[in-house]
Amino acid sequence: MNATERKPTQEILDSLADVRKVFVLGCQGCPIGCETGGKPWLDEMTAALEAAGKVVTGAALVDMICNKMIVGVRLGRMIQAVTAADALLVGSCGVGVQAVGNVVGRRAVPAMNTVCMGDYQGLWPSEERCGECGECLLAYTGGLCPITLCSKSLVNGQCGGTGYDGSCEVSKARRCGWHLIYERLRDLGRLDDMRRLQAPRDYRKRDISDPNRRTIRWALEMAEEEPKAAPTPPAKK
Amino acid sequence: MSQLEERLKSGQFTVTGEIGPPKGTNVGPCLHEAEEFLKGRVVAVNVTDIQTAVMRTGSMALCHMLRDRGIEPIFQMVCRDRNRLALQSDLLSAAVLGIENVLSLTGDHVVMGDHRDARPVYDLDSVGLLQAMSGLEAGRDMGCDFKGKPNQLDGVPKFFKGCCTTPCSPDPEAQVIKLEKKAAAGAQFVQTQAVYDPATFEKFMQRIGHIKIPVLVGIVVLKSAGMAKYMNRSVPGVQVPEVIIKELTAAPKDGLKKVSAEIAARLVREMKPMCQGAHLMTLGWDDLVPDIIAQVGLAS
Repeated sequence: MNATERKPTQEILDSLADVRKVFVLGCQGCPIGCETGGKPWLDEMTAALEAAGKVVTGAALVDMICNKMIVGVRLGRMIQAVTAADALLVGSCGVGVQAVGNVVGRRAVPAMNTVCMGDYQGLWPSEERCGECGECLLAYTGGLCPITLCSKSLVNGQCGGTGYDGSCEVSKARRCGWHLIYERLRDLGRLDDMRRLQAPRDYRKRDISDPNRRTIRWALEMAEEEPKAAPTPPAKK
Repeated sequence: MSQLEERLKSGQFTVTGEIGPPKGTNVGPCLHEAEEFLKGRVVAVNVTDIQTAVMRTGSMALCHMLRDRGIEPIFQMVCRDRNRLALQSDLLSAAVLGIENVLSLTGDHVVMGDHRDARPVYDLDSVGLLQAMSGLEAGRDMGCDFKGKPNQLDGVPKFFKGCCTTPCSPDPEAQVIKLEKKAAAGAQFVQTQAVYDPATFEKFMQRIGHIKIPVLVGIVVLKSAGMAKYMNRSVPGVQVPEVIIKELTAAPKDGLKKVSAEIAARLVREMKPMCQGAHLMTLGWDDLVPDIIAQVGLAS
């Protein structure tokens, strides 16, 4: 499971500042498990967007947003509402946001941060990767992840290592992440997103929180063991 | 104010040089080269920071030794090897050693070098490092106390902050956007990646006309046709035109250095009207610098 937490509503509205029409898409996979997504989230988000003066062209829940085939089939039935939107707000992990952007070819904006589980990856491994950085930047990178696509995880744009074939300096077989982001943003007419000065990352968010170390399987393993007697505290003198 | 800052402020065309520290403690030869061929001829000398991720003696030590010899250094700092604590600490250390000019770079990835199994850091990017420098100059570091108040410094450094850009990049527009961010983060001068095509450079300079910081065009002295071909094959963002490769191929073996100097001098002459200075990267052929400067017609 990829664990998520909801971004503050204001942060979401900031990332949609120049957008009027939004399609809201929620994942019914992992976000259900960590109680961040699903129907309650979808209703809440729709209401918040409308309260902020946005037009919600449609809303849908998809079982596994990281599975691009499911996304394609589900959205195919709602194609008019999807194409009427300027952007899609996606309630899922970073893999899902990228998958939606890649399927739809429109701007996909994250509504959640993917929190660190210690590099435990999504259920549908494909080209999209999430580094679980806890500060999702996909709203400003054309829906392509700079943390996993750039060999240096740079957040403010490409270094001098982009090859003429668009490769990364570390390997001809690897595409320069920021070259891909630049091309995507240029094609979307959103290069201003790249002009945004991104602050240095907060690496505390890469620390696995104690509750996130305790998965269901962990709990099962623990239950099978005999409960250990609590150590006797040393007597106070 | 550093001599480099003063010179660029005066509007005079400014030439800088470069040395690379050795792999080992034998710093004599590179210091000798700097004293013999660069001192008094260039305004300041860059000292590379573990260039191409090949482990060497540090930039700060050599910067300090240049200063002792009356040569103004430019302290190159890459983001590959240190986190924000070490970067800021080294900035303060440089400041107390009297080093003012600092060049902020991302740094080649460790897999480009000779310790391919090392952990790359990149805690900050080149923009973040400039922000860190600007913060230190304003008397605070990147951290905060338990109440969330920024930490105050006891004694405040002053830097002349530089950055790099790649004019011949496949994505010049993306380079311009990043340069805008570097300027916003406090960059005061630019030294470019190597340029061999004045026409491309001119276009790039037009694109960055709105960024009001001086630009020193980078020239890597070409030591052979083979090196030029290697750069075209393997150095991202650098293109040596076919005519220059032909010129190097035609050069007699004992006249190669002369041809190299002529090419470098011609490039500087052609691009001189477009920018504020030139950064000569001679890769050990420092003895060519006096000749190049004379050919450009710059009084040293």
